[in-house]
This record gives sequence, structure tokens and C-alpha cells, in this order.
Amino acid sequence: MDNSKIGQHISGQFNRELEDIRNKVLTMGGLVEQQIELAIQAFTTNDMEMAELVIKQDNQVDAMEMDVDLECTQILALRQPTAFDLRLLLTVIKIINELEIVGDLAERIAKMAIQLSDTDTRNYQYYELQHMSDLVKEMLHGALDAFARMSIDDITAITGKDENVDREYDSIVRQLITHMMEDPRNITRTLNVLWTVRAMERIGDHACYICEHLIFMIKGEAVRHLSQEQLEEKMKG
Amino acid sequence: MTAQEIRTHAIDINSVLNNRTKHQGTNEVSIKVEDLKLFYGQKQALYGINMEMPKKKVTAYIGPSGCGKSTLLRCINRMNDLVDNVTIEGKILLDNENIYDKSVNVAALRRRVGMVFQKPNPFPKSIFENVAYGLRIQGINDKRILEETVENALRGAALWDEMKDRLNDNALGMSGGQQQRLVIARAIAIEPEVLLLDEPASALDPISTLKIEELINELKEKYTIVIVTHNMQQAARVSDYTAFMYMGELIEMGTTSELFTNPKKKQTEDYITGRYG
Repeated sequence: MDNSKIGQHISGQFNRELEDIRNKVLTMGGLVEQQIELAIQAFTTNDMEMAELVIKQDNQVDAMEMDVDLECTQILALRQPTAFDLRLLLTVIKIINELEIVGDLAERIAKMAIQLSDTDTRNYQYYELQHMSDLVKEMLHGALDAFARMSIDDITAITGKDENVDREYDSIVRQLITHMMEDPRNITRTLNVLWTVRAMERIGDHACYICEHLIFMIKGEAVRHLSQEQLEEKMKG
Repeated sequence: MTAQEIRTHAIDINSVLNNRTKHQGTNEVSIKVEDLKLFYGQKQALYGINMEMPKKKVTAYIGPSGCGKSTLLRCINRMNDLVDNVTIEGKILLDNENIYDKSVNVAALRRRVGMVFQKPNPFPKSIFENVAYGLRIQGINDKRILEETVENALRGAALWDEMKDRLNDNALGMSGGQQQRLVIARAIAIEPEVLLLDEPASALDPISTLKIEELINELKEKYTIVIVTHNMQQAARVSDYTAFMYMGELIEMGTTSELFTNPKKKQTEDYITGRYG
């Protein structure tokens, strides 16, 4: 199922509408990716300006979500799409919803960065957080890339990374608990870090949801609520 | 409740989904088409069609003009017998009886298989006489039976409330949508088993179209319905099963919800999504 599937309708206008929606989703995805990148940087480097930028960007992401949502609604009403076209639009509506949530999570990280800015955070190891965020960014990028190519060939490789993310998450949480037990004065600060780590972990989950929506779009099969093994089995068959 | 209990009580989503598909598959077959070929003179119009139409369900035929869907529909009550130079091979089984068997009485067959066409064709008679016509040619003239049947048929066609005070008016004075419902009433007055509808709403306005669609939905309680339509949204709305035909061949047949959301064949997908085929 290739990309040109969008561009083969007898109605050229319909082709343009779908192409437009696809481009907007990718633009929105790019913006959200940037938000995560900046939020993590703001968090680890204490850069307040950057954190403010992430918060501002979120308004833009929200506006794009509403815009694409409205466009999809109009196409559904006016063109009554079927088969792949229908699944494409339903998937877009779900993907922009996931992206909007990811944007909110990035915003939350930025807010945590602001809250932490007046405390001394140098003791914290951000290497693991960095590593985790790299994994999560890869997942989201992979999911958006799959959407751009309209191909789910490598989709289980993306969802498979979620297990690594979860493992990193558990390990960071254990460390943070140790911090809190060492000195109760750390608790407030550590909780803020915990929120950030949690937000990263959730972003990974939403990247997985996007992958599941894409499988529905291409194959027409609902694959939600499956384990990674079940998913791999399904993709083979 | 322990975690174990919760787990055993939890509903397995996949089993629910599987059950749903299974449930749709247990229908009794009303009409079975077996390797049906049809030639207009030298020209072949249908190429070995095989399909099953379940009882008391609506089956829709869709496909581009000239794909053979009306031809196939007309085979089900042997309307093509009236066309010169037509040769038909293969079988159509109605309740396991081949309707192309030599022993079959065609007039009796057409009483079992009623048909409604694209343009409403009421007789230039009163509304009452239009509906009673089928009974009268069967020799039934008992006024009470006629009145009862006409009322039931008009009720069945959702026309009684509008027409009960105008039964003696000429049918040609009705609106197009009313005429089409009158023709359906005429068809169901003789209590057929199957109703064939050839583009029943294509000449009607949107409101009359919706009334006909609503009517189809009610009629399937009693009859097996086969409908030919150019309007794919209509097929999607009214039918339980959809068959996509192309160039005299049956390309794909399945439940309507499946065919319109996830068709198996590329040709079907191209057609229903409006792509270059």
C-alpha cells in the first residue's frame, strides 16, 4: 500500500484534500517532536526560555489538532469516504488526538523544568533520562515516518522499543525512591523529576498507540490491547 | 474480588469480535446462484456467477454501468426470458429448487419473486385497484379479502396513513415517491418470498428515497430482498450483504460493513473509493 494511494481518486479535489490533511498531520508531528526535544533540553539544562517556548508551542499544536479535526469532519460529511479513505480519516483523527496529548506531556515537562529551576539539581543523573527520551523520540519519529510512508513493514520494531522504555522507567523510579529515602528534603524535588520521567514513559505509550492506529489504517484490523508478542504474531500472519 | 476472579470475569475482546462475525454467517440461504452464464446473442454478459443470498436479508448489487447487475437481478425471476436471443446456462436455486428447470411455471415463479423497477409504473387505475390487481388476476374477487389485503399491503409499504381516504383516486395523481411505494405495495400484496428492486429510488428526491430505504428495512422482516443500486451510500445504508460486480463477473461479496470498510479485492476498493480502476 503505497503513498500514491491518496492521489488516485477520480476527484482531484479529493486527492488535494487528503494530501493536505496528511501534510498537516506531519507538520503537527514535527512540531510535537520539537516540543519534546526542547522540553527535555530545558529540563536538563535549566533553560527557562526554552521551557516557555515549549508551553507556547503547545497552543499551536492544540490549534492544529482542532483544524485537522474539523477538516476530517467536513470530508466525512461531504464525501462519505469508504474503505482505505475512511480508515485513513479515522486514523488521522486518532493520531492527532495522540499527538495533542504528547504535546501536553511535553508542556508538563517544560513546567516541571520551570518548577525545578530554583533548586539545585546538579546531583541528579540525567543520563538515564536522556537515554530514555532518545528512545521515546525514536519511537514517535518512527511512527510518524510510517504514517508518512503509509507503510507498516517495520511497525513492530517501533512498538518493541516500548519494553526498553518501561525498563528504563522502572530503573529511574527505583533510583528516585532511593534519593527520597536518603533525605526526605529531596522529596518535593524528586517528585517533580518523577513526573517528568512518567511523562516520557507516557509519550512512548502514545507512540505505540499511533502504530496501532496505523495498522488499522493499512490492514483494516483492530490490533489494540494486544501484547508485543501477539502483535508480532498478527503482523506475520 | 481477587485479581484472579477479575481476570476470569473479564471479557476477551477477541472472542466478542469473533462471535460477531460468526453470528452473521449462520443465515439460511434463500437464493443460490450456481455458475450462471448469460449471453445476449454472441455477447456474454455474465461469466459464471456463484453467490448465495440469505433469507430475510437485504443483498445489494453494486458496480459500474453495464457490469451485469441488472441482468443478474432479472435472472432471479426469469425476466430475461422475455428478451430475444438470450441464452442462460447454470442454475438459480430458490429454496433449493432450480428456477430454470423445465417443470417450473414462470407465472407462479414471478408470484414468488416480485419486482420493482427504477421508474414507478402504476396502472392507470385507482390506488385500490392497483394493489388489488395481483389478486384479481388470480381470480380472487371477494370484497372483504381484497379490502383486507389492500390495507395490509399499503400499511406494509408505509402508504396507508397517507392514502386511506384516497383509495379511489387515480394512482397517476400520486407523487413519484408515493407511486414507487404503491408499486411496492402492489408487489407485496400477493405475498411473494423475494422482492427484487432495480434502482428503486434513483428517480426520487432525497426524502422519498429515505422513505423507501426505511421501507426496505421494514420489509426485510418478511421478505428476502435483492436491490440493484448505483448509489453506493444507499447500498451501504440498506443492505446486509453487498456484491460488487465488474464486467459480468462477481468480484467480491461480503457483509456490507466489511465490504465498505475493508474490502478484500483491489478492484472493489478502487470502485467504492472512487479511484481509477
